[in-house]
Amino acid sequence: MSEIINISLIFSTIRLATPLLLAALGGLFSERAGIINIALEGLMLSGAFTAAAVTYYTGSPWVGLLAGVGAGMLVAAIHGVACIRFKADQVVSGTAINILMLGLPAFIGGALFASTGSTPTVPKEQLIPWTPIVLGFLVFVPLVWYVLYRTPFGLRLRAVGENPEAADAAGISVKRIRYTAVLLSGALAGIGGAYLSIGQSSLFTRNMTSGRGFIALAALIFGKWRPIQTMLACLLFGFTEALAIQLQGVKISGEEIPNQFIQMVPYLLTIIVLAGFIGQSRAPRALGIPYEKER
Amino acid sequence: MKNFRQLVFPLIAVVAAFIVGGLFILLVGDNPFKVYGLMIGSALSWPDGIGYTLFYATPLIFTGLAVAVAFRCGLLNIGAEGQLYIAAFATAWVSIIFGGVVVDVFGKPVGYSVASLPAIVLVPLAMLTAILAGAAWGAIPGFLKAKFGSHEVINTIMLNFIAIALVSYFTQYHYKVQGDPLLETAPIGTAAHIPRLGSFIPGLPERIPLNIAFLLALVACLVIYIFLWRTKWGYEIRATGANPSAAEYGGISTRKQIILAMAVSGGLAGMVGINEVLGYRHRYYDGFSDNYGFTGIAVALLGRNHPFGVLLAALLFAVLQRGGIPVDAFTENVSKDIVQVLQAIIILFVAAEAIFYGPFGRFGLLKRSKV
Repeated sequence: MSEIINISLIFSTIRLATPLLLAALGGLFSERAGIINIALEGLMLSGAFTAAAVTYYTGSPWVGLLAGVGAGMLVAAIHGVACIRFKADQVVSGTAINILMLGLPAFIGGALFASTGSTPTVPKEQLIPWTPIVLGFLVFVPLVWYVLYRTPFGLRLRAVGENPEAADAAGISVKRIRYTAVLLSGALAGIGGAYLSIGQSSLFTRNMTSGRGFIALAALIFGKWRPIQTMLACLLFGFTEALAIQLQGVKISGEEIPNQFIQMVPYLLTIIVLAGFIGQSRAPRALGIPYEKER
Repeated sequence: MKNFRQLVFPLIAVVAAFIVGGLFILLVGDNPFKVYGLMIGSALSWPDGIGYTLFYATPLIFTGLAVAVAFRCGLLNIGAEGQLYIAAFATAWVSIIFGGVVVDVFGKPVGYSVASLPAIVLVPLAMLTAILAGAAWGAIPGFLKAKFGSHEVINTIMLNFIAIALVSYFTQYHYKVQGDPLLETAPIGTAAHIPRLGSFIPGLPERIPLNIAFLLALVACLVIYIFLWRTKWGYEIRATGANPSAAEYGGISTRKQIILAMAVSGGLAGMVGINEVLGYRHRYYDGFSDNYGFTGIAVALLGRNHPFGVLLAALLFAVLQRGGIPVDAFTENVSKDIVQVLQAIIILFVAAEAIFYGPFGRFGLLKRSKV
């Protein structure tokens, strides 16, 4: 057993949980304000691609990271305008963004680098050292908690997600809060994506998130839309991913443990918690409902 | 006026998407008219273009219908992808174990098969398996919603990943042929093969994989139309979707309708397995679906969740998909990924159709509806 559970497993858990957490915290802002964000996957992809491409051109990973954040916010803005201004179905809009971000990076990459599969490799010395971002992880969670529960903005955001009519009557601009929340989610998911392409890896490859945006969404629900619990969920899901990697090809008492079963764990847990078997997981009341101002 | 709106907004959305896509093409330094001309020309050429376009349309009709039926019940089925994977594997499994002797790459028999059924029994059995397996997988989120009230969107997303992992496990550990480098099952028995349309349509070469499943898809459109608008079950599903509390008040068990709608939806998605396994690849191939389940959402939406609209939308998306193939080779900077970009923009415009109310309202063409 000790050859499986060891210090490197703990490190890889934290490393793998980081992009999940960044995206999940992004999703938290958006969903607590009442906008469903299944576009996290696409937002991460936009951040990952832009960060890698810009780093390749400028040679600076920090400029790349900033560009990744910008791209995440830009794509989130599309989701925001569709859902808030034009009252599109939020799940459908999110699905469209996810499909868009499968095609668009490849389309742009094909024109820029003559390769639709990936961006060119960024030299090792131009990668973001992962320690600051992982440390940022520790800062982000209390920060998000503080913003959400101890600032006027956080109070307004939660009010807008629970009862937009009352918030509106109290003079809060529902639209402005929701736009801010969606843009924040784009920024955070963008960092999460950038971390994948120019932190953990050294290039962008097609669909490199491979479902991490959805795992982040699962973590958000598993964490009951609260920052601390969401962090714990991300660590748990990061751990299952790390374990799956660690157990590849390892035989325990002569039997290989199929990777697929470990991969399923986060999804199964989410279904179970959503069905109310492990405490009640309640979504923000106004989640997914476009707000129509009374005239 | 209502019917006019039903038709005109999807059309506007498609045109607008082509314009935005055209801007992208201009941006990378190519001529949009040339690219679109190439795409449509290639998709509508006879026999290869049309043959393949209809072949690509087949799974999209099934998944589009699947999403549309669930939507009529007020449910968003994001899980067609998982349902079709489970169904395709189950179809292959039945066609292997009842398909007679399977041999490995060295010609040695593998003990997967337990019986050898004749085509007349095996084909219907395999088709029924596809439908039932998809229906069972689809019914799970329906049950979870009816019983625990947990949201079907999240559960179907989660079940997609579980389904993909599950069938990948069975393929890798139980039904692979020794020595096969690909992640795929053993071939199905030849008795389970269904004919390609090329074998009885003159001028259509048999190498084009368009098969009987396409005709089944057309029949499915008709059957779903009758089911939704001419049967009691369909009426109850639509009543649940239109106004659940009114339906409940009117004596309809909305919980039962939710499970039923998700099962029918899953069964339709599962029929993709008929096209893929019995008609095309003759085995289960891991990861075969080119996002059919997700594109199905776009197809249903564009087709206004009506079976005949779904048919038209699936054909349009198939034209794009087939048309994308020569784009890589015959243009300077545009890759076939333009297809996904176009599809995504179409969905965005259809979902946010309010974007068109303003400009058209100004000319007095369309009035913004007062909801």
